[in-house]
Amino acid sequence: MSDERTEQVSLVVNGESRIVDVPHRRLLSDALRHDLGLTGTHVGCEHGVCGCCTVLLDGLPVRSCLTFAIACEGSEIETVEGLAGDDGSLHPVQEAFRECHGLQCGFCTPGFLMTAAALLDTTPDPSDEEITEAMAGNLCRCTGYVNIAAAFRRAAELTAAPATEVES
Amino acid sequence: MTTSMFGESVQRREDDRLVRGAGTYVDDLGADALSVAFVRSHLAHARIVDIDVSEAVDVPGVVAVYTHADLPDRVAEPMPLLIPHPSLTEPRTQYALAKSHVHHVGEAVVMVLATDRYAAEDATERVYVEYEELPAVVGIETAARGDVVVHEDMTDNVAAHLVQEVGEVDAAFASAPHVLEFDLDMERSTSSPLEGRGVHAVWDERDRKLTVHSSTQAPTSVRFAIANIVGLPDQQVDVIAPDIGGGFGVKIMHPWPEEILVPWAAREWGRAVKFVDDRREHFLAANHERGQLHHVRVGFDDEGRILGLDVRFDHDHGAYIPYGLILPIITSTQLPGPYVLPAYRVEFRSLYTTTMTCTPYRGAGRPQGVFTMERTVDKIAAELGLDRATVRDRNLIQPDQFPYDLGLTFQDGRPAIYDSGNFPELLRRLRALVGWDDFAAERAAAEAEGRRIGIGMGLYVEGTGVGPYEGGHVRVETTGRVQVSTGLSSQGQGHETVFAQIVADELGVPFESVDVVTGDTRRFAYAVGTFASRAAVMSGNAIALAAREVKAKALRIAAEALEANPDDLEIIDGIVSVKGTPARSIPITQVAVLSNPLRYSFSKEAQAATQFTIPTSTDLPPVPAGEEPGLEGTGYYSPVRSTFASGAHAAVIETDPLTAEIRILRYAVVHDCGRIINPMILEGQIHGGVAQGVAGALYERMAYDDEGQLLNASFMDFLMPYVTEIPTPLIDHIETPSPLNPLGIKGAGEAGVIPVTAAIASAIEDAEGISIDRMPISPDDLFELRRSAGSFVRPSGKLGVG
Repeated sequence: MSDERTEQVSLVVNGESRIVDVPHRRLLSDALRHDLGLTGTHVGCEHGVCGCCTVLLDGLPVRSCLTFAIACEGSEIETVEGLAGDDGSLHPVQEAFRECHGLQCGFCTPGFLMTAAALLDTTPDPSDEEITEAMAGNLCRCTGYVNIAAAFRRAAELTAAPATEVES
Repeated sequence: MTTSMFGESVQRREDDRLVRGAGTYVDDLGADALSVAFVRSHLAHARIVDIDVSEAVDVPGVVAVYTHADLPDRVAEPMPLLIPHPSLTEPRTQYALAKSHVHHVGEAVVMVLATDRYAAEDATERVYVEYEELPAVVGIETAARGDVVVHEDMTDNVAAHLVQEVGEVDAAFASAPHVLEFDLDMERSTSSPLEGRGVHAVWDERDRKLTVHSSTQAPTSVRFAIANIVGLPDQQVDVIAPDIGGGFGVKIMHPWPEEILVPWAAREWGRAVKFVDDRREHFLAANHERGQLHHVRVGFDDEGRILGLDVRFDHDHGAYIPYGLILPIITSTQLPGPYVLPAYRVEFRSLYTTTMTCTPYRGAGRPQGVFTMERTVDKIAAELGLDRATVRDRNLIQPDQFPYDLGLTFQDGRPAIYDSGNFPELLRRLRALVGWDDFAAERAAAEAEGRRIGIGMGLYVEGTGVGPYEGGHVRVETTGRVQVSTGLSSQGQGHETVFAQIVADELGVPFESVDVVTGDTRRFAYAVGTFASRAAVMSGNAIALAAREVKAKALRIAAEALEANPDDLEIIDGIVSVKGTPARSIPITQVAVLSNPLRYSFSKEAQAATQFTIPTSTDLPPVPAGEEPGLEGTGYYSPVRSTFASGAHAAVIETDPLTAEIRILRYAVVHDCGRIINPMILEGQIHGGVAQGVAGALYERMAYDDEGQLLNASFMDFLMPYVTEIPTPLIDHIETPSPLNPLGIKGAGEAGVIPVTAAIASAIEDAEGISIDRMPISPDDLFELRRSAGSFVRPSGKLGVG
């Protein structure tokens, strides 16, 4: 191992207190993926354009590949692994992506899911324009975005009403 | 009867793990693996004078630093020529690490092995490579001139030259009332999956075995390559393609240098070793495609019927040619599309340049061919003052002409014979879907508002499901779970779902009971790979054949148990019963137990198959001659030739009279891939294909400068579209089943991308009245075209708003 100086950083990740021992330059994406084993957060470009690595930092979507882990001391971080309920039930955005075929290879999906979750937190009934605006920071190479947009709309429906009521 | 799963929009079983972030991609493996980083050439063309690694080896965390001189035996030899061809007279492939020369920016020169990627990258900055710079060869014209030669041992840049001719071309031109001649140009692009390339290898010293995970479209072939080059028996190498973050063609290239070097290093060090590219090296060192320059001559009659077509084109294959001539051969043979060409000559040269190597990217040579054919038809229409759809209609192959032999040799080395299709119906539906016949009114209304709009179309035929074969294995476990495997890998196409649909139907078991594994040599060793829209056709049919074999076996065993004739039995929802007498039945779980005569029981159910309980004749062996234990079967599907899908696209676009911004107002797709297995997944493939097509038509290009530097090697500069750029296509389907395979299906993975550039070019030309002969086109390009045209006259004769 290199003799690089490291610091202990306390984080709350998906509601759990975690401590990582990281060099100053270690990216939050690498700390999550490789130090904490939360590999659901993906890295697509490492220069902040593709949005695959989006996580919620104190409730707001950020690019974890453009964030140093050490800068997150004391922060709450939510990743895709934290979306589902404790009983394993899917979060409405996860359920909606599955229902609407909003994913193919699944690589960009965690970034879109976190973006959708953040949107619905602040805007439970988004307009099409608001959905487009929210989606417009994330790249997808598989879906042509058609079904991702549909999934955002469906997630809003599912959030507003339990699935059974919406379907009936 | 149970409901048929085939043809249903069944939800994907891949999704649960993927939406939970519980998928397994290559970079999710190997938290403790040694990490690899490469020193890559910053020059397009140079001789390596000296490499100094003395500082690099002292960087903390560095384990080893390798140059070509450190590589042994086969690892030090040039990488394989994957697909030789008699016309490929000057094949050159790269070394895993550059030996004496580099031939493109991004070529790997030095490999660093370190405890983590940060340390490995630190060390790459301490490696000093001294180069003697040589002149770059960028662009087809420069390569064709040949005054600078890419490969030192050659006298020009021509790797191959191939001519195919059908009919009397010279005679056709001699008698043609009209002849047009023009050039067409398509630039490079690249697949750009959001997950780049990655490979993770573990050497197990006790088992003397390499286990390799690679983000590949061809795991079985990677296995053979590693075994052969690293020097191990095939059985001591396993390759697994885990969840893959998109492929789109770039991952059919194999073995990458990294796919050899990482397993080799893992064996050398007896440790796990991992390489995952970053986005910049993916742009620089993962393959590109598309760049071709076409010279076209067409002869036609007064009605617009084509009499002769003569196409000469140059194909830029980049620095090396590992994938042979597949791309220009596909262009040559798919160029005729849905049209009758009484005489056709196509001639190409495949040229070296000092830029990244080109191998298939979704569409694989077809978008270029379709661009040429469709631009040609548009030019005929313009010359004769005819409607573009009318000229197409007059030249279409008719439904009663199938099988239709093009007289050409396709990419599989077999005759290109269209097996089925209905091209006039495609065109008729496209006109209705996009509103072709009412467009004059739409244009007039837009003009009244000062807006400039245009419409265009593009038709294509796509050879899919190329051989040589795929296989499938189906096994019914005594628990009732049905385990299915096939060797080719998946990159997001939903194979687990569609293959489970096929097995559920063929075998008569619940969809939920079927588990599918793809791309794992531990499960299925023989395969070719995922490319050429072939997975559903090839593995789908192989798995169907395997399931039919298993079903036949289940019926034989059940017939004995039920004392019935196998022909009188059926399997519904996993229960084998006598038709019309459902009470006489046996669950398939029990049939699975009986299929394997036991001495030793392992469960209560299995006791029924032990030697004192199994109800078989004592005069016969427990496993009858010709049978094998276990309720399982293997099927292989090897088609005599490819099956041809087809489709028609149309675009309505608006161009800004001032800024030359180009906007898609409407996009229509009519698609025929034979019988549809899962409409939801099929439409997803079309959506994604169209998006990539739009990207290639309007946004994406590989911006090499004259020195061979790639100026846009990041997502900041390579304009991959976001949601804001991509239209929602209108989609219609027709289904003309393929007569070539048991399921009647044709491939669908690439179709969406193929005619998009042609359709959009046609629409822009229609809006602007300026020939659009070079794609992609940016607002800048259009602005320059307007300026050099000096006129804004449309074919209708009206002046545009300048």
